[in-house]
This record gives sequence, C-alpha cells and structure tokens, in this order.
Amino acid sequence: MINEQVAQKLETQFPGAVIVQEEPVEDCIMLTSDQWQDVAKFLRDDPELKFDSLQCITGVDLGDENPMDVRYNLHSMSLLHKIEIRIPVKKDNPTIPSIEKIWRIGDWFEREVYDMYGIRFEGHRDLRRMLLPEDWEGWPLRKDYETPQTYHGMVVPKVKS
Amino acid sequence: MGYLEHKFEDNIIVTKLDKLLSWARSTSPWYFQFGLACCAIEMMAAAASRHDLERIGMMPRSSPRQADVMIVAGTVSIKMAERVKRLYDQMADPKYVIAMGSCATSGGPYWQHGYHVLKGVDLIIPVDVYIPGCPPRPESLIEGLIKLQEKIRGERPLTKEKDA
Ligand code: SF4
Repeated sequence: MINEQVAQKLETQFPGAVIVQEEPVEDCIMLTSDQWQDVAKFLRDDPELKFDSLQCITGVDLGDENPMDVRYNLHSMSLLHKIEIRIPVKKDNPTIPSIEKIWRIGDWFEREVYDMYGIRFEGHRDLRRMLLPEDWEGWPLRKDYETPQTYHGMVVPKVKS
Repeated sequence: MGYLEHKFEDNIIVTKLDKLLSWARSTSPWYFQFGLACCAIEMMAAAASRHDLERIGMMPRSSPRQADVMIVAGTVSIKMAERVKRLYDQMADPKYVIAMGSCATSGGPYWQHGYHVLKGVDLIIPVDVYIPGCPPRPESLIEGLIKLQEKIRGERPLTKEKDA
C-alpha cells in the first residue's frame, strides 16, 4: 500500500499532480507531467520517502488513440520500498520534463526512451539517439512504425531471395 | 621432435611454388579477433584450451592489417554493418570471410521483424564459408575452418587464370 500512501502525500504536497482514476490501479501512481521535476525532487529528498535509486525508465505505446506512457521505477535503498510512477504524454509531439539532473542514471534511460519512442525530455543536457545511428528516421517501438526499405544503400526489411 | 631430429642428410623437396604458397597460407590463417553477439562466446570457446584453434594454425589478431580471416560471429546490426565493411576493406589480401551462425548468414532470429539487423553479412562483403547454428558449437566452427583451409589449399595464386 506504499503506492497509496505516497499518492496521498503527493496530493497534499502538490495539489493536482496526481491523476485520480475511476478504477484505481494499485501498483502504480499516475501523475501529470506539469510538476514532475518538483515531485521527483521531493520523492528523492523527503525523509519518509528517500527514493534514492531510479531503477528503470520505460516508454509504452498503448496503441490507437491512447496517450503514450513513461514509467519510472523508484526504489529506496535506505527504506527498502519501491513504487512505480506513470506519466501519460501526448502522442503528437510528446514532451516531458527531464529528471536527468535529479537521478544521474536517468541520462541514458531517457536517451533510450527518446531513441525508441521519440519522447522529448525537456531539460536533458544531451538528448541524442542512444542505440540507433544518428541519422536513423522514425521511432522503432511505436506501433505505427514503418521499417525503412533501405538505409545507406543496405536493404533493411527484405528477406533474401 | 626427437623422432625426426638429426635423422636426415641434406635434402631436396620438390614441389610447385604455387602449391607451396597455398599450403603455407592454408596452415596459418590468422583470424580477426572480434565478436558481435552471442556467437562470439562460442568462438572464444573454440579458441580456448579445450578446442584450441592454434592446433590448426589459427591465431587471433587484434588488427585487421594482420588478419587473413574475418569470422563474423554474431548479429550484424545495421549500425555495425558499415564498420564491418570498413574493417574488411582494411584487411590485406588474400582475405577470407566466415559467416558464423544464422545471424551472420541470414539474419537469424531477427530474420522477419528485426528493423535494425542486416539480413546476412553477405549483403555487404563476400562470404567464403557459412556455418549454420544458433550458436554453432565450437566443433561446427572448427569444421567450417577446416573447409576454408581446404578451399585455400585448392587455390593456385600464381597460375594464370584461364579465360572462361
Ligand atoms: S546466431 Fe544465435 S547465437 Fe549466434 S549471434 Fe545470432 S542469436 Fe546469437
């Protein structure tokens, strides 16, 4: 029930930051992206929370008209509890504040999500592609991605005849 | 040793220079030491003590300038493909390529949906021997290398090529 406790705490601290859902999801906290940087700092520094370890950032394309999700897994090394944060972002021109300065590990995590989903992390100091070549076009893990026919003259999707 | 030492008079061996050259090449094809994915683990195992590639004259070299054989061991991602081609171009002639594993042969598990995988390294460089398997065991790799040695031994580098 750590998620509910943290959600309540955040609601009192940052009114409007938590998205209340019709059917409450137990294993995560839904947030809006507006105050995300302040919320993240709070999560890291509050003596009762102390989420000092960002373990993963995941992008999710939920398909069709749904917004995309960015999901953060946080863990506290000293208090040994963990939560998951989910923040929906718009599909056209998706942006979200970067937390790369709050948890330094977020640097490469965010670059990877950017590489695969094209979600721009605003305030990231070096937002480049992580795995794919710099001049690659498109965001491969989006559901509507079309594999290019060629890249620098090499055939990409074709099965050899 | 021992059996052969100090047993012979001064002697003459008669052979064709052509044959001698290809024999020499075939018995010491040094390979380029680099791996791209999981297949490279099997290549390392083949080079280590149990299978010991140096038995058949194969020694890893870390520079393309000193290597004769390029063992493409693993998945060739499209980003890597250009580097592989450049490394191949840097090797000195005569040079040979072995496509080890189904990834290097045809794209392997990424054959259908891998947006980032080259569907076979032979799309960018010429391949001499293909070794199937995911990954091939060291025995398969060694068999492939022996096949390559047979191929090299059959070459006649000095003879004029006949017009077809
Ligand atoms: S063929 Fe199989 S073992 Fe070899 S690199 Fe590809 S996936 Fe890995």
